[in-house]
Amino acid sequence: MQLLTQSVGVSHFLVVGAVLFIAGVVCMAVKRNALGVLMGIELVLNGANINFVAFGSNFLRSDTAYSLGLDGQLISLFVIVLAAAEAAVALAITLNFYNNHSTVDVDRADELKG
Amino acid sequence: MAEALANYLWPWLAYLLVGLLQAGLLLIVPLVGAMFFVWIERKVSARIQDRLGPTRCGGKFGWLQLLADGLKLITKEDLRPGEADAVLFRLAPYISLCASFAALLALPFSNGWVAQELDVGVFFILAVVGLEVFGVILAGYASASKWSLFGAMREAAQVVSYEVPLGMCVVVPVLIAGTMNLVTIGQIQAGPFTNWLIFHDPFTFITFWVYFTCATASVNRAPFDLAEAESELVAGFHTEYSGFRWLAFFMAEYGSMFAVSGLAAILFFGGWNGPLPITDWLGLTPAHGPVLGWIGNLLGLLNFVLKCIFGVTFMVWVRWTLPRLRIDQVMQVCLKYCTPIAAVMFLGATFWTYMLPGGGGLRSMPYANRYALTAAPYAKPVGSAAETKPKTSAEKNFAPNGNDATKDRVAVTQTAPGGE
Amino acid sequence: MNPINWHTVFFYLYALVACGFGVAVVISTNIVRMALYLIFSLGATAGLFFLAGADFVGSMQLLIYVGGTLVLLIFGVMLTAQGPLISLRTSGGDWIVAMLLAGCLAALLVPAGLTVSSWNTGRPAPTTEQVAGNGAQPVLVSTTEKTPQIPLAGGLPDVDNNGIPDKQPITAAPIGLGLLGARVDKLENVPEALRPGMSGYLLPFEVISVHLLVVLVGAAYLARSKRSAMNR
Repeated sequence: MQLLTQSVGVSHFLVVGAVLFIAGVVCMAVKRNALGVLMGIELVLNGANINFVAFGSNFLRSDTAYSLGLDGQLISLFVIVLAAAEAAVALAITLNFYNNHSTVDVDRADELKG
Repeated sequence: MAEALANYLWPWLAYLLVGLLQAGLLLIVPLVGAMFFVWIERKVSARIQDRLGPTRCGGKFGWLQLLADGLKLITKEDLRPGEADAVLFRLAPYISLCASFAALLALPFSNGWVAQELDVGVFFILAVVGLEVFGVILAGYASASKWSLFGAMREAAQVVSYEVPLGMCVVVPVLIAGTMNLVTIGQIQAGPFTNWLIFHDPFTFITFWVYFTCATASVNRAPFDLAEAESELVAGFHTEYSGFRWLAFFMAEYGSMFAVSGLAAILFFGGWNGPLPITDWLGLTPAHGPVLGWIGNLLGLLNFVLKCIFGVTFMVWVRWTLPRLRIDQVMQVCLKYCTPIAAVMFLGATFWTYMLPGGGGLRSMPYANRYALTAAPYAKPVGSAAETKPKTSAEKNFAPNGNDATKDRVAVTQTAPGGE
Repeated sequence: MNPINWHTVFFYLYALVACGFGVAVVISTNIVRMALYLIFSLGATAGLFFLAGADFVGSMQLLIYVGGTLVLLIFGVMLTAQGPLISLRTSGGDWIVAMLLAGCLAALLVPAGLTVSSWNTGRPAPTTEQVAGNGAQPVLVSTTEKTPQIPLAGGLPDVDNNGIPDKQPITAAPIGLGLLGARVDKLENVPEALRPGMSGYLLPFEVISVHLLVVLVGAAYLARSKRSAMNR
């Protein structure tokens, strides 16, 4: 009950961001499906976004004067836009790969291996 | 309302009750509204095809037909193909229904009658209506049927494409109003119908038609209902559905038709303001007392719902008049026509408001009024003026390194009791 | 006992959904399920943004990320999800290395987030009497509304905010002005001489616009070459 009566601070958001970030990194490392790797990247970007928004929020900390203010939100907007662009390009590459090799397994993309 | 109730009950109970009440009121739209719209659809389509439509069930106009339909669908067996992905198959209709229901959360039904007034209401509604597509895609995939998968793929391509011109069209009224708060946009258009944003300038007039085309496509209605396409794909994404889950898809479709029509009504057609300011003439405003204001708001609600019903009826009319497009034609309409037109309209509206800041066209309302409304959230609360005066003057003088203001702010937040 | 802070309750709800489905994305082997879990995870993240007072960013997350990027992703999944490609399994060795990596990252990141003491608790909420005494409308700590009763995150009304939360966070207009070069929230931080030429985020905004155009052309090019390869 103690947990629910306290107000949340930046730390709580940072922990959530860290969990999403770690999940994304592991996802990028273990998935063999190219689209699975892409999903890992999305998770990583979201973990970072949560941190930016938390640092920019004025009411998650007692010393509001030191918060990032709008900077945090603006940067997270840029991250969202960049993620959309990145997903479009990555998807185009994946579909091209699928058309040429009829698989999306990243372990099979080893033609350039010496 | 919740604040008033909180004086008598536990605060959490008050909020819970008010929340449940609002959710219940909003649920009327997808549930009862869907049945009503199905009846309208059947009657209108019958008349267009020179038939009578339902006549037997409940009186002359067959108005009980909708209840009979609902009962029939609820008692039907809930079938699921053996190959289907069971969890996704069961979940998909409810994702659609939730998305179309949540969009009504930010839609003001009358002056201030909104479940949650959002500063970014316009984008919120667009975003949430856009989420409906996930239900369709998952249903198409989970059904393990070729027809469903084809329908779902078409839907995914179509919705992603049409969000671009839809967003651009919506930005035009937002640009003129100077806010994304739907309540404020509605208030700006108070007065006679010449104040409606569709009559603001020629560009908004054209924008409305582009918006309506894109909205029809984004809620997946004919002539853009390629996800369903019963002449090619049996029934598209809901081929394998029956009973209540099928009904859920239809409630979602009519719910989001209502939502986009409501958004059109607020952005272009004055929202809850009638064509003539009758409520002002009769003195039915909050200035004349709460009861009269409430009656005025009720008339506003009537106005708004009538406009929404007109929008839905218009979609029904279009559906039974125009043939279905092919998928390449759908993409052509979006990318070659709607997007460029919307872009030009956006530029045109920008220049119009820049050249004629007083408002050209039919619009008579002075713009000072508009700024008073959109700047209201930024105004300082009157009561707290005494305490904050020293600090605001410090801010106004722009203390070079901001130390004074910062110190003040820290001091204030530290002295504030409570929370511990 | 203190009353339950509903803001906190909703935070834990959204955080649990975001983290739970985030981990589920990693654990699941079915690519379509992964996509579904990702939707829920990112949707809950949008809820967290609303709770942090960033309502514009939250809406954008729903509109662009969940409504646009993920639909595109699912589109790709459905184009490629056939037979054995739906669930590609990873070898045990890879999992062990990945878990080691995850453990190291967790040991680094989570304590790092908890070290600074001023980050651990939120801004103290004003009491009802204090608010009523200032003539503003009564604000309670607990609320079931989606956006909490919080002051603006860095925008105009916060300037004369003495601990009294505004009814709603207002971020859209300050963010728009920030993108165009005027930083309304940090006016006092800028020296007087520099204020007329303040650029804010105008340059990054232009750069990202051009970047999007480049991406559009690049994606179209990739799609074109694919079609010609198929014709051959």
